[in-house]
Amino acid sequence: MSERIPFATDAWVKRLCEELNKSERYREAAKKWEGDLYFIIEPEGRLTEKVFMYMDLWHGECRQAFVAEDENAVSPAFRMWAPVSIWKRIIDGKLDPMQALLTRQLKMKGNMAKIMRNVKAAQELVRCATMIPTEFPID
Amino acid sequence: MWFFRSPQIVFGEHALDYLRQVEGQRAFIVTDETMVQMGFVALVEERLAEAGLETACFAEVEPDPSVETVERGAAQMRAFAPDWIIGLGGGSSMDAAKAMWILYERPDLDPRAITPFDHLGLRQKARMIAIPTTSGTGSEVTWAIVLTDTEEARKFGTGCPEALPDLAIVDPHLAARMPPRLTADTGMDALTQCIEGYVSTWHNDFTDGLNLKGIQLIFEYLPRAYENPDDMEAREHMHNAATLSGLGYMNAMVGLAHAMGHALGAHFHVPHGRAVGLYLPYTIEFSVREGDTRYGEIARSLGLPAADEVEGARSLVQAIHDLARRIGQPLTIQELGLDAESYRTRIPDLVTHSEEDASIVACPRQPTTEELHRLFEYAYDGRSVDF
Repeated sequence: MSERIPFATDAWVKRLCEELNKSERYREAAKKWEGDLYFIIEPEGRLTEKVFMYMDLWHGECRQAFVAEDENAVSPAFRMWAPVSIWKRIIDGKLDPMQALLTRQLKMKGNMAKIMRNVKAAQELVRCATMIPTEFPID
Repeated sequence: MWFFRSPQIVFGEHALDYLRQVEGQRAFIVTDETMVQMGFVALVEERLAEAGLETACFAEVEPDPSVETVERGAAQMRAFAPDWIIGLGGGSSMDAAKAMWILYERPDLDPRAITPFDHLGLRQKARMIAIPTTSGTGSEVTWAIVLTDTEEARKFGTGCPEALPDLAIVDPHLAARMPPRLTADTGMDALTQCIEGYVSTWHNDFTDGLNLKGIQLIFEYLPRAYENPDDMEAREHMHNAATLSGLGYMNAMVGLAHAMGHALGAHFHVPHGRAVGLYLPYTIEFSVREGDTRYGEIARSLGLPAADEVEGARSLVQAIHDLARRIGQPLTIQELGLDAESYRTRIPDLVTHSEEDASIVACPRQPTTEELHRLFEYAYDGRSVDF
């Protein structure tokens, strides 16, 4: 069994970037997507501070990914935030990301209409995330 | 966490009379010219007048209403300053009414930018009543809005939970004068909504019963309503089934047939129900091959052979074919009368628009771009899906 990568870390977001770039399905689903984003992980369990995972996604490719030092390190087009437990449920495939947005368990800032035209890309991104052996900072 | 949303529903014979009990000052009716000619607008105006309301009417909604129509209606709405919005007609009129209502309350918004994630702060100026005169879309009980962007030749589904009507008046007499073709088209829309809502990955205990009951009612009463327009028992059950389908899909989700049908409708102006109903059997055949589907449960509820999921899906597809034949609905694009070359030339656009349609979010099997392309191809001459 491969070693688990701690969630909300630089290693984890870089691994997601690799998974996206390996995925033909993601490349196809996100071929029209243009926009960088922050996945903001709110503290819960053993995570004591907010983590800003930055991803630059462009036409089905992940061009860059890292954990930013603080919220103002970059100004991405989209910001999505939720506590660890919600991210865990999404990544475990127990919570559909669109349902999470609709119920405001997952909150977002950015051009929502663009999200509505790219639901397949969002689903494929989450599918890639489910493939990462992840250690979450909650039990 | 999930929600089940529904307006208050007044249904059955003489439900329209409930308008006499509405309290308010001014009602703005959004409808189309046919509703004026058939006297339905007068019926509504008379009852609202008895309730002491002043009325104004915008009767310019076209099939597949455009953003421009919505903006024009919203401007008139602002000038009249109603405290009630009435959407009267089929899905187009009710959807246009919801969109105008949003722009009336929020003139700062672009209709293309409305999303389900927004908080709009509606009901500061008005509330909404939806009165369907067709038995199909279920728009009277949903917050969904389908508009056409004429610049992009694209039908797009949008909406916001706040745009759910406050009251739905489901009076079967208003649907009794639908011609057979419209009865068939709208009935296939309701059937597609129920089936897609039942197999949606967002299905839940609250929607399952509504969708199954809707399916049963439609298979039983749609042929009767089509063959004998004066069969009021069939009309009433079909009118209720359409409302069930709206509740059933809106609180779960529609699926691939809707994404494909929206694309076809935008490019070739095919009536919505005819388009989604045509693609439905192909999407069932496609989904059951790899998806986590529940067609067997639907088939069993109809008393059809369904020893396993594959047989259930096959039985259901056959039942849909039989129903479509009986009510004169096309099963292929060829039967629909579209020219092969113009259809095939547009398939790349149809695929793109389907992929951008939010309806695909909860499909039991997500197609790749190539698979979508093949689905559109197979539907041209009615090939059974084998991939």
